Amino acid sequence: MTTRIDTRFAELKKEGRAAFVTYVMAGDPDPKTSLEIVKALSKSGADVIELGIPFTDPMADGPSIQAAGLRALKVGMTLKKTLDLVRDFRKSDNVTPLVLMGYYNPIYIYGVDKFLADAKSAGVDGLIIVDLPPEEDDELCIPALKAGLNFIRLATPTTDDKRLPAVLANTSGFVYYVSIAGITGAAAADANVVGDAVARIKRHTKLPICVGFGIRTPEAARAIAEKADGSVVGTALVDALKNSLDAEGRATAKTVNAVAELTAALAKGVKGAQQAAE
Amino acid sequence: MNIAKPNSYRSGPDERGHFGIFGGRFVAETLMPLILDLEKAYTAAKADPAFQAEMNGYLKNYVGRPSPLYFAERLTEHLGGAKIYLKREELNHTGSHKVNNVLGQIMLARRMGKKRIIAETGAGQHGVATATLCARFGLECVVYMGAVDVERQQPNVIRMEMLGATVVPVQSGTRTLKDAMNEALRDWVTNVHNTFYCIGTVAGPHPYPTLVRDFQSIIGNETKTQMQEIEGRLPDSLVACIGGGSNAMGLFHPFLDDPSVEIFGVEAAGHGLTQLHAASIAGGRPGVLHGNRTYLLMDADGQIQDAHSISAGLDYPGIGPEHSWLHEVGRVNYLSATDDEALAAFQLLSKLEGIIPALEPAHAIAKVMELAPKRPKDHLMVVNLSGRGDKDVPQVGDILRGKK
Repeated sequence: MTTRIDTRFAELKKEGRAAFVTYVMAGDPDPKTSLEIVKALSKSGADVIELGIPFTDPMADGPSIQAAGLRALKVGMTLKKTLDLVRDFRKSDNVTPLVLMGYYNPIYIYGVDKFLADAKSAGVDGLIIVDLPPEEDDELCIPALKAGLNFIRLATPTTDDKRLPAVLANTSGFVYYVSIAGITGAAAADANVVGDAVARIKRHTKLPICVGFGIRTPEAARAIAEKADGSVVGTALVDALKNSLDAEGRATAKTVNAVAELTAALAKGVKGAQQAAE
Repeated sequence: MNIAKPNSYRSGPDERGHFGIFGGRFVAETLMPLILDLEKAYTAAKADPAFQAEMNGYLKNYVGRPSPLYFAERLTEHLGGAKIYLKREELNHTGSHKVNNVLGQIMLARRMGKKRIIAETGAGQHGVATATLCARFGLECVVYMGAVDVERQQPNVIRMEMLGATVVPVQSGTRTLKDAMNEALRDWVTNVHNTFYCIGTVAGPHPYPTLVRDFQSIIGNETKTQMQEIEGRLPDSLVACIGGGSNAMGLFHPFLDDPSVEIFGVEAAGHGLTQLHAASIAGGRPGVLHGNRTYLLMDADGQIQDAHSISAGLDYPGIGPEHSWLHEVGRVNYLSATDDEALAAFQLLSKLEGIIPALEPAHAIAKVMELAPKRPKDHLMVVNLSGRGDKDVPQVGDILRGKK
């Protein structure tokens, strides 16, 4: 099976550049604006879109993404509406890979088999589920692979060489390397340390390796893109969105543009990276 | 639900941490290597007689164990039925059963070379126990506590600070125990290299539900021996309150394979089961949160709902996974008591026995008030008096004065 993710990374490899991966929360600040933001991401240079599934208890997220989830929940966002958003996005864009990222409980409650069927038909390409390590692969990872979706695993600084094969065994699409031990939006990643980690993981897999957590600026995105197959930016985009809202947390005329402009600047940073020869 | 009865109710969990469908290890990859290390360290410690001997020394001389099994004569007379015994966990050093588990985990942390301890706390009893043992062993201690709980449990906040701990009020979400646990997990992910997470209840990722249960089982094991000495036989029933369920599991577990013993867990029904409450089994269904699959309060989309209880220690929208399993296999009966019932029990025990209980075990006493009169006079009922009420005196005083 080949997903839009596989196709996109194959194209980027030919172009000889790293991917720019963006993250926003589905339904933030409202479902309609959120759809416009997702469309703007791909138009402004995002190569892969990660869409957060709102959850009340996001244990691996910092204050910015916690708040984004709560804004979405407050206006009634659900997993079902998140899939509706993907379906609407696919009406105008059938090539940009889209990955849902979140926590297991909403999916478990939706029903795993029904969720996988609905996600696939809506146009989702992959899943990143933070609280499903390889020890719980039977829950969602194996069924997702069977349903034709990529299951993208997080590797972290605490994932040592002994553990890496287990982490990579059922991973597909790409590997998401979490650059720091910590939560989203925390300390910045050191590009050289990241470079060593990426090289270490590359000894165990041929999959592309994208790096996220702690990347906020075009310069940082570029520095990481020189060491890895992709830079992931989430919190900085969520912050740009939040700063465009009115006092009640509602979208303004500036909201979509605020995200689009930062996306374009970050994309330029990533595209200016000189990739190390392989 | 139709689930085959197991040969033993005490053989769980399996090697992946499952009690039936409950339990598991639903955590971020960053934490997974440490959780596997913890499991290894715990297995090694269990097999090491020196570990047990050292722990027994502290349990006797520092905690003050064994805790008495006390015949509550006036409460028994007042209710006119079963003979009621109180397992006096409130007499432990730090004032609750929490210290049994914290001692075990701190000794594990020392074996693993971790110098920084974090904990979540609701009522502050687990936080106080953790701060106490960190002071005793010279370890850094950070306690996460919901901002709402910081307000309603001030005496314990002051105690923790006096013991040298840093108390972090958590402002996210509902600002109670669930959010304190989220924040503790965020700290742990960030400081995993030097930090040990001392979980206060029989929940979280495997192996926590098991190791907390094992450290708390001293409650039930002592009860068994003491009842044999006093009455020459097993008790007929056990009653304990349940938030996450550690005091209940500690009392229940040694008796699970004694079929003559009826077992009752009491959840917090808050304002009532049709309104805001914290009774996960009565009002919830299986879901995944904080590292395990268990009964949770949530909406149709799987979003976790706010719990409510007058008792900060029970104000949590989940329950330990082994309790969920014991519910489904039918070994334990799960009941619930409202805020008002707990307040009435709090006052009754204070006046009849001269023992001011914490609001948490007041929920258990409330159900004893219903169960005991329906039992014969030779029925032996044990209730776990898991904590003392000093911490609740200001809050209950305000409520009672307001009512007058």
